[in-house]
Amino acid sequence: MMMMMMMMMQRLRRSEEFIRFGCKSLINLRPNKNSVSRSVSGFVNHYDTKGRLFESKNGNHYNTELHHRCLGRNLGMLQQYKCFGSSSASQIERNPLFSSLDSKDVSYFKEILGDKNVVEDEERLETANTDWMKKYKGSSKLMLLPKNTEEVSQILKYCDSRCLAVVPQGGNTGLVGGSVPVFDEVIINVGLMNKVLAFDEVSGVLVCEAGCILENLATFLDTKGFIMPLDLGAKGSCHIGGNVSTNAGGLRLIRYGSLHGTVLGLEAVTANGNVLDMLGTLRKDNTGYDLKHLFIGSEGSLGIVTKVSILTQPKLSSVNLAFIACKDYLSCQKILVEAKRNLGEILSAFEFLDNNSMDLVLNHLDGVRNPVSSTENFYILIETTGSDETNDREKLEAFLLKSLEKGLVSDGVIAQDINQASSFWRIREGITEALQKAGAVYKYDLSLPVEEIYNIVNDLRGRLGDLANVMGYGHLGDGNLHLNISAADYNDKLIGLIEPYVYEWTSKHRGSISAEHGLGVMKANEIFYSKSPETVAIMASIKKLLDPKGILNPYKVLPHTLFSH
Amino acid sequence: MKILVAVKRVVDYAVKIRVKPDKTGVDTQNVKMSMNPFCEIALEEALRIKEAGFAKEVVAVSIGPSQCVDTLRTGLAMGADRGIHVETNTSFLPLTIAKILKSLAEVENPGLIFLGKQAIDDDCNQTGQMVAALLGWPQATFASKVVLDKDKHIATVDREVDGGLETLCVDLPAVITTDLRLNQPRYASLPNIMKAKSKPIKKMTVQDLKVDVKSDIEILEVTEPPKRKSGVMVSSVDELIEKLRNEAHVV
Repeated sequence: MMMMMMMMMQRLRRSEEFIRFGCKSLINLRPNKNSVSRSVSGFVNHYDTKGRLFESKNGNHYNTELHHRCLGRNLGMLQQYKCFGSSSASQIERNPLFSSLDSKDVSYFKEILGDKNVVEDEERLETANTDWMKKYKGSSKLMLLPKNTEEVSQILKYCDSRCLAVVPQGGNTGLVGGSVPVFDEVIINVGLMNKVLAFDEVSGVLVCEAGCILENLATFLDTKGFIMPLDLGAKGSCHIGGNVSTNAGGLRLIRYGSLHGTVLGLEAVTANGNVLDMLGTLRKDNTGYDLKHLFIGSEGSLGIVTKVSILTQPKLSSVNLAFIACKDYLSCQKILVEAKRNLGEILSAFEFLDNNSMDLVLNHLDGVRNPVSSTENFYILIETTGSDETNDREKLEAFLLKSLEKGLVSDGVIAQDINQASSFWRIREGITEALQKAGAVYKYDLSLPVEEIYNIVNDLRGRLGDLANVMGYGHLGDGNLHLNISAADYNDKLIGLIEPYVYEWTSKHRGSISAEHGLGVMKANEIFYSKSPETVAIMASIKKLLDPKGILNPYKVLPHTLFSH
Repeated sequence: MKILVAVKRVVDYAVKIRVKPDKTGVDTQNVKMSMNPFCEIALEEALRIKEAGFAKEVVAVSIGPSQCVDTLRTGLAMGADRGIHVETNTSFLPLTIAKILKSLAEVENPGLIFLGKQAIDDDCNQTGQMVAALLGWPQATFASKVVLDKDKHIATVDREVDGGLETLCVDLPAVITTDLRLNQPRYASLPNIMKAKSKPIKKMTVQDLKVDVKSDIEILEVTEPPKRKSGVMVSSVDELIEKLRNEAHVV
C-alpha cells in the first residue's frame, strides 16, 4: 500500500503543473482536438501521453470511438440506445485483476439468495444494465436481489474473496452512469429491502431499509403528518439508499439542508462483507469520527448502504406556491436576496428556469400550460411552507406585490389549490423528461456563485450558436445550475465545443463540476477541476483502506489513473 | 346583466382525507382548504361571459365560517367584482343553501346564476337544481358549453349526460351548473390579486336574508369505505382456473 502511495505521489509530482487546481495551467494543457484519446482534463491527458494507459479497447462498447460504439452488441436490440460523444467516459480498460463470473459463483449465490433472486434473464438484465438516460450500458450477466443485510454481507464477502467486481444499484435513476455496470460487474440491487423499520412520531426519526422508494416513504409519512427532508423529480423510482449514497440534493435543500445533516445514521456493508452498524437515531453524538459521512455521497464506492435513519419534518399545513416571470437574470438574483429576507423562515423552495426550458416543456409534455400569460426570459418558482395559512399567504402576497412595484417581477401567479401547485411544479420537474424526448442531451450540473450562474449559459450559447439549444434551470436558491444542451443528435464537434470548456469555466470560478449528481463514470476523471490532487490522493487511500481489491463500483467516482494496474 | 356565482370552500381535492374518530364527519383540522374545483369552473365561465361583453358584473357568494373570506378573495383575484359572505358556523345541507341563494337572488336580481355541478366533499349535486326550482327558473346542469344570445335573452347549453351530449335552450334568467370540460380556470395573477384587495366583500347573516335554516336531515354516522382486500398471486394457469371456478364462481 505504501508503495502504491509513493508511486502515485511520484506521478503527481512529475506532472507538477497539475498540482495547482482550478487555474490557468489546466487550461493550457487542453488536449489536441484531433487526437484519438479524448480524455478531457489536462491532468489525465498529460498522463496519457507519458504512461500510455489509455489504449483504445474493443470488446466492450463502452463509449470508445464514435464509429464503433453503436455497432456490435446493439444490432438487433429493440431498445433505442443513444450513442454519446461524451469523451470523458472513453478509454476505460477492464481491470484484468477482476475475475469473471462462472457457474460455481452463480450456484453459490443461488444457495444464499434462493433461485428467484438470482437474475440471469436477459430482458431484466438489459434494463438493469442500462441507465435512465440510456447513455451508459454495461454487460453484466448477473443481478442479485438480497432481501436483508445478512445476505448483502454474504454476497460481498464472497465477491471479495473471488475478486468479482460489483455494482450496487437502487432505483437506477442516476444521471452520471454510476448505477450501471461498466463491464460485467455483478449488479447488487437492493430493491427487495424495502421495509420501514421504525418511525418515532415524537422525534420524527424514520428508520428504513435502503431499498425504500422515496415517494413511498413520503406517502407513509404523510399519513403520520410528516414529510421527507428531500424531494426530487425522480421520487417515484429512486431509493433512499441511492439518495444517501449520492448525497442527493433536490428541491427542499434550501429549507432542510443536505443529507449530511438530515441523515442521523446508516448501516453499510463494506467490500469484505463487514457490516458497519452506524444506525444511530440521535440528533447529537460526538463520539469519535463520524464515519457515516464517508458513505453519504461516495456513490457506493466505499460500501453498500443497507439501512438509513433519517430525521423527517412535521408536515406544515400552509404551503403556498408562486410562479413569477422576470425580464433578466439580475432581477432573479435580487428577488432571491429579497425572498430570503422577507420570506425568511417560511421559504421552502426557490427554483428558476429560462425561456428555452419553458418552451421545451410546453412543446414536449402534454397537459402543461404557461401559468403566466406573457412569455418572459426567466421564470421563478417560490414556495413557502409554514403553519399559519392566512399569515403565510399575506406575507407571500405582500412580498410579490412589492417586487412587482419595484419592477423586479413583470408578472406572476399564485396557486390557489394543490392541483394548481402541482401543475406549476410539473413544469419545473418536467424539464428533464422533456429533454429526453427532445433528442440528444448533454447534461451538466454545476455549483457556481449565484451572480455567475447565467453567464456560463450565455457564454455557451454564443460558443455553440446554431448547433444546439442551451438551457439553464435549477436550484437558484442553492447556487446550483442544471446546464443542458439539447441537439438533434450527438456529434463530436458539439462535445468538443462543450468539454472541457464547461469544466474549465466552472473551475475558474472555483465552482463544482457536479453540484448534486455526483461523479459516477461520467466525471470520474474530471474531479481535479474541483478538488486538489492532495485531497484526491487521500480519497484514494480511504478507498484502498475500505476496499483493497477495488470491487465496489469500479471505474467510478475517482480518476482511473489512481488505480492503474 | 349581473351574474351570481356560488363558490364553496371545501377540503382541497388533492388531500387524502380521514374520517374523524368519533365518526361525525371528515377531519378538517390542519387540512388544506380550497375553492371547490367545479365552482372555479363556474366562476371562470362567468368571467368569460363578462369579458365577452354579455355581463356587467360578476358577484361571488360563499356561505360558511369566517375562513370563507379566503375563498372569496381567490374569486376576486380571479376577476370577480365583489363578494358576498353569508356567515354561519353550521354546515348547511343543499336545501338550506338553495333557500339562501334564492333570497340573495331576490335581492341582487342576477340574469344568470352559476354553480359547480357538485361539491367534492358531499357530492350532492342538488343545490343548483333546488335553487332553480325555488326560483321557478329554468336550469341547465352539467354544462360543457354555454353560448349566450344577448338580444333574445336565451342561453344555449350543451349538457354532458350519460348517453352523450344534450343541447338545451333556456330563457334567462336561468341557473347553470358547470361540468369539468366547460373550461380551464385561470390562475390568480399578481396584478389581479393586487386589485382584489380593494374589492368589497359584504357580510350578511341568514337572519338578514330571512331564511329558515331548520334542517330535516340529520347525519348519523360517517365511516370509511371497507378497505380493498389485497389480491392473491397464483403460480400457474391451472391454479387460476381452479380459483375462478371454486372460489369466485365465475367459470
